[in-house]
Amino acid sequence: MIDVLVVGGGNAALCAALMAREAGARVLLLEAAPRRWRGGNSQHTRNLRFMHEAPQDVLVDAYTEEEFWQDLLKVTGGMTDERLARRVIRDSSRCRDWMRRHGVRFQPSLSGTLQLARTNAFFTGGGKALINAYYRSAEALGVQIRYDSPVTGIELQGNRFVAVHLAAREVDGVRRPAERIEARSCVLAAGGFESNRDWLREAWGQNENGDWAADNFLIRGTRFNTGTLLRALIDAGADPVGDPTQAHMVAIDARAPLYDGGICTRIDCVSLGVVVNRDGRRFYDEGEDFWPKRYAIWGRLVAQQPGQVGYSIIDRKAVGRFMPPVFPGTAASTLGELARQLSLPEAAFVETIEAYNQACRVGTFDHTALDDCRTEGLSPAKTHWARPIDTPPFYGYPLRPGVTFTYLGLRTDETAAVHFSGKPSPNLFVAGEMMAGNVLGKGYTAGVGMSIGTAFGRIAGSQAAAAAGHHPASMTAGQDHAIA
Amino acid sequence: MQSLDPGAQPPISGAGGALQPIPVLNVAAAEVDRQLHICNACRYCEGFCAVFPAMTRRLDFAQADIHYLANLCHNCGACLHACQYAEPHEFAVNVPRAMARVRLDTYAEYAWPPALGRLYRRNGLTLSLATAAGLGLFLALTLAIKGTLFPGPLVGNFYAIFPHDALALMFGLVFAFATLALGMAVRRFWREVSPPSEEPARSGAAALEASRAVLQLKYLDGGHGEGCNEESDRFTLWRRRFHHCTFYGFLLCFAATSVATLYHFVLGLEAPYPLTSLPVLLGTAGGLGLLVGPAGLLWLNRRRHPEHGDRAQRPMDRGFIALLLLVSLSGLVLLAGRDSGAMALLLALHLGAVMAFFLTMPYGKFAHGIFRSAALLKFAIEKRQPGRLRMGGE
Repeated sequence: MIDVLVVGGGNAALCAALMAREAGARVLLLEAAPRRWRGGNSQHTRNLRFMHEAPQDVLVDAYTEEEFWQDLLKVTGGMTDERLARRVIRDSSRCRDWMRRHGVRFQPSLSGTLQLARTNAFFTGGGKALINAYYRSAEALGVQIRYDSPVTGIELQGNRFVAVHLAAREVDGVRRPAERIEARSCVLAAGGFESNRDWLREAWGQNENGDWAADNFLIRGTRFNTGTLLRALIDAGADPVGDPTQAHMVAIDARAPLYDGGICTRIDCVSLGVVVNRDGRRFYDEGEDFWPKRYAIWGRLVAQQPGQVGYSIIDRKAVGRFMPPVFPGTAASTLGELARQLSLPEAAFVETIEAYNQACRVGTFDHTALDDCRTEGLSPAKTHWARPIDTPPFYGYPLRPGVTFTYLGLRTDETAAVHFSGKPSPNLFVAGEMMAGNVLGKGYTAGVGMSIGTAFGRIAGSQAAAAAGHHPASMTAGQDHAIA
Repeated sequence: MQSLDPGAQPPISGAGGALQPIPVLNVAAAEVDRQLHICNACRYCEGFCAVFPAMTRRLDFAQADIHYLANLCHNCGACLHACQYAEPHEFAVNVPRAMARVRLDTYAEYAWPPALGRLYRRNGLTLSLATAAGLGLFLALTLAIKGTLFPGPLVGNFYAIFPHDALALMFGLVFAFATLALGMAVRRFWREVSPPSEEPARSGAAALEASRAVLQLKYLDGGHGEGCNEESDRFTLWRRRFHHCTFYGFLLCFAATSVATLYHFVLGLEAPYPLTSLPVLLGTAGGLGLLVGPAGLLWLNRRRHPEHGDRAQRPMDRGFIALLLLVSLSGLVLLAGRDSGAMALLLALHLGAVMAFFLTMPYGKFAHGIFRSAALLKFAIEKRQPGRLRMGGE
């Protein structure tokens, strides 16, 4: 019999599988996706937020527990579990050697991301390279891996895990029968429910304009995060955590593919121009703060607009000052022409831009500082980097909300155990996006999803191995394998 | 909801400034352009090699930029395995393949004289014909001079068959032409990738760095020192090692010939040289390198992941490897059998192979090293220049 069954195939699942295997357990990992799509949302990640007391290879200066904690407190507005958050933070300071042992390599901060050089270590080649390394290591250590294996049901006895069920399915033209797989313990790391369109629709509902807002969302990551197990567990009485409408959501290019658009579809010129809605009207201060600190609120802002669409408008002065977008902007030599090309109401759009232009009080433009270029007497104001949009060609980029991952998850504690009516399961554990909502009630800060996934993946793997009778005591580097 | 292919856009420079149509790129270059617009918005692969840091200095990619970047690419495969936009993703990013296809265009378009660029279109045939011609020539000459391919043991005296000066003249001329052709090709390449208006001050440090990158094959180390990809996402240093054997084997053989030429003309020492003499030692070591290296590269090439590079170029790649093997193998066998009755035949075979190699240097895979070295020099110079883009608020 399998000792530890890991459901999922991304970072958290792999961390759990590796830890359980290192503790001596027989491990089976079930990845819903085919091999070529393996890795869930982790393949789109690029870095991990690490606490460190002193400079460490690619990480400059220091990033202390307290500072990390304050950052988390700020972005979540207090909607976080301090014990679990601090556990994640501390674990982030001592998992890098373990990651390296399993083949993960780090590179200095990418060009255009200097603001993260102190807090985040980037994976050489990005998240898919990290995933590849973990899969190679898992295979070498003897973890059994099965692709094309979506779990459709879970069997519990009270709060005890018994088995998972896989429905009959066809893989590459070959029919595979339904299966029931038992194991001594189980780690759930199968992601959020962001690619379940019906669930998103149900969670977001219909707004006052009659829009089913979620129908216009794009999913930045994998199409395989359908939330099947999340729903099954909640239905079976597991304690949930978080709000189903909370998610990491950014404004991305509306022309992005429905799934897996990933990093390259983001639009980074918002703070250099203005953003209008379908009616040609502005709706938020584009210059409120540095873009890396604001990009994560724009998905929700666009989601609240009619038709869930926005248009980022810049002029020639902005070109070359932001990360190049994957799709070229719509270009025009006059504002009216731009409105027509973007199918925006021309008069309203031109009026909005002209009103903005007249309200601009240009001081000394400096995109690297909170400068003194602002609007006066305009609502909403643009408080920094406000310069008239007056130099053709003008460019427009259509925006849609892009969901990275949802925060609704399963409540847990420092042992990563799934809880039923406040009581921990003895052999069912949870990691990654399925429990990130314990730490992230709302908001986001770059790389923290991977911090949570790595910390809780490792905890869940050790705990599941222990629950199956394998204790990691014999392992070296005890701190790496600490159990709460 | 539209889902647009980023390549299916009108040829207008994206956010690159004025609304000017950019020159139309050919199919291979347009594909690199399409992919690099995706890569430039992602940049996860910056740590692997020089291509991506060079890319981030640009927003648009003109034909010359694309030739430059394509030749900077070592086809290591790392970025393909790490790419979340590789197939089956609809973006279908495969930078190594796209770059390989442009490189073939580089070799063909910059070849000198230009008319001979078409020899790259069916390079397997080119190499075969050159080899047949080289072998045929020396077999025929042997027959013409000696009346037989087996004139009996000649105690290793090659010049008993072909006079030294005749050989030196023949090979000298062909080699000089190959050098000239490659030089003219790379000169035009350099002028186009570094127009005089942009010509930066050349620094010794840049030249040193580029030389190091060439001599160490820096960009076959994966950026982390563990090597490149062959059959899977696993990293291995074997391609670098076999390439080193090939490259330094070639240089040793070249050194052996040069030393022998000095012996002949300056010191008046005539071949055959004893086994422990410098020319023979250098030649033997070089021959072994040229045997092990290409054999290893062929072995790796046959195991390469099917999505690496451009399958259509296999005749060029493998033909070049085969020719190198023929040169080294025939050279070593000739050394072993130089006192036997088969010496004349073995000598004809070796000289024919070497002649074919020299003839096809400017019209075969050999050229990749020249263009790549130029691209590495351009990169080493360019990275020392301030960037033209001003990313703010980062």
